[in-house]
Amino acid sequence: MRKEIIFSMKSPYREEFHIYGYVFGSGEKTVAVVGAMRGDEIQQQFVSSQLVRILTDMERCGQITQGVEILVIPSANHFSMNIGKRFWPMDNTDINRMFPGYDLGETTQRIASALFDKLKKYRYGIQLASYHFTGSFIPHVRIIKTAVDITKEAKFFGMPYIYVKSPEPFDTVMLNYNWQIWETKAYSVYAGTTAVIDKPAAKFTWNSIIRFLFQAGLLNCKTEPGFVSQVLEDKCFRTLTADNAGFFYRQKSSGSTVRKGELLAKILNPYDGSVEGEIFSPEDATIFFAHDKDLISEKTAAFQLI
Amino acid sequence: MIKTVFSASLPIDEKLIIQKNQIQGAFPGKRLCIVTGTHGDELEGQYVCFLLSEFLNKNTDKICGTIDIYPAVNPLGIDSITRGMPGFDLDMNRIFPGAKDTSLSDYAAYSIVEDIKTADYAVDIHASNIFLREIPQARINVDSASALTGLAEMLNIDLIWIHPAATVLESTLAHTLNSLGVKTIVIETGVGMRITPVYGQRLFNGIINLMHKTGMWLGKAPENISKPIIAATDAVSFVNAVDSGIFLPEKEYGVMLKKGDKIGQIVKPLSGEILSEVFSPDDGLLMTIRAYPVVYEGSLLARVIHNS
Repeated sequence: MRKEIIFSMKSPYREEFHIYGYVFGSGEKTVAVVGAMRGDEIQQQFVSSQLVRILTDMERCGQITQGVEILVIPSANHFSMNIGKRFWPMDNTDINRMFPGYDLGETTQRIASALFDKLKKYRYGIQLASYHFTGSFIPHVRIIKTAVDITKEAKFFGMPYIYVKSPEPFDTVMLNYNWQIWETKAYSVYAGTTAVIDKPAAKFTWNSIIRFLFQAGLLNCKTEPGFVSQVLEDKCFRTLTADNAGFFYRQKSSGSTVRKGELLAKILNPYDGSVEGEIFSPEDATIFFAHDKDLISEKTAAFQLI
Repeated sequence: MIKTVFSASLPIDEKLIIQKNQIQGAFPGKRLCIVTGTHGDELEGQYVCFLLSEFLNKNTDKICGTIDIYPAVNPLGIDSITRGMPGFDLDMNRIFPGAKDTSLSDYAAYSIVEDIKTADYAVDIHASNIFLREIPQARINVDSASALTGLAEMLNIDLIWIHPAATVLESTLAHTLNSLGVKTIVIETGVGMRITPVYGQRLFNGIINLMHKTGMWLGKAPENISKPIIAATDAVSFVNAVDSGIFLPEKEYGVMLKKGDKIGQIVKPLSGEILSEVFSPDDGLLMTIRAYPVVYEGSLLARVIHNS
């Protein structure tokens, strides 16, 4: 394993900022994995750090295929994580809205540029992603739909679901989309939670990435069998929004299988505790996403069903 | 008449309410929307909305058409000195056109677009953020330049900056409205978290002038409307910090510079060092100057429109 500095920058009063890459094997630049780009992506950094641990051990045991190179960048934004902020500490900009970056531009454009300069040379790209909704997902692989179909290799992860998502305007400045424009086969892996570590979901996720590396021919080791992935498109989802506001008393979590008419959550009056509203499943379904805060506002996505 | 554009209950005993003031003229005509407060730390538009509401309410007999004034697209942000949408840590001007069944923020964005989309014109007033001071200017996407430049020239501003079609702008309110056929001009002026009265008054005159030129205002036309410089992106030089430290400006925005004129310096208070001096890269107009002193490498310090 080689530890490389990908980006450095001085700060007015903090220690110098560095982004590190951990490189395994040597040869063709085959897979790059990116962990936390936002300060609250603690689960994503945890999964990445475990990958570094596992790949270090595998390299020591000669289990990395000759002629391939794997890069893991566990964190691109510890300046925010250390002080409890999601976005860049100075101007609150999001590194993952700055791709492909600009090396003479603003600070986060420069960070994105340095990252992308390193990342765009790889055949496969894996980003441990988070979403701007507050809630938990079933761990899954997400692909931004472009002209090239990369679903086949997404099945290497052995995750239960592959979500092929139509691009929205903001996707065009994110890492995943730009990777694909530069002909890297790019996958966003959702590890369940964001700001808190969910150990079972984290372990499931790093095992899925190890399985991908094995299936793609990068590792010479045994891996646990995965799922036969189901491919989902936008039309497969049904969102249930809250008709009331108050305490969100959730009865079901992401990953639960529910029957038509089953109670998913109650919304309680924040003053007298009475039930203001109830959310029932309109069909037999699996919960893909669940709001997981204790408070909820009206018109907020409470559940997403498949 | 005050109307509610969007309303949703927050968890405890409060609603998020987005409102507009609809001023109906005595005569039929076009519909103009004045929108501001998408970023909660940009307050220059507050003064413009006040001036317009006060003036137009008293002069409906001279108005042909309808003026809708939306002073706070992001009311929680304005009330809590938060640039994005509080509770979502989200830049509201990156989620348009919004959607109905995803989140409260997306639903709010969707409702705003639904309310404006039948208008003929919109002016989306932004201040600069807290980091920069800007001369009054319109920002126009190159794809819309032929349709919007003439309209922007009416607004009593100093500059029309025609920039390339960056994909990120597709998620803004202005891009959404322009793609729906509402001729929408984005104004940037002044600085974040402050009101610059002279710029507010100028923009007020500019909007009345626009109403006059488009047949919506039967009263006297404002005088001394400024003729703006029209600049393409390659006419604008950016000056970014090469060091992290404290920036001390030495020039005011809006002044003419010679190439090599000193704009300021970046210093290190701990040791008393001057880390770097900042010079103008061209002869031209200083359209932007850094207002917030703390800088990282890459922070924007100034923009200069060169004379050519």
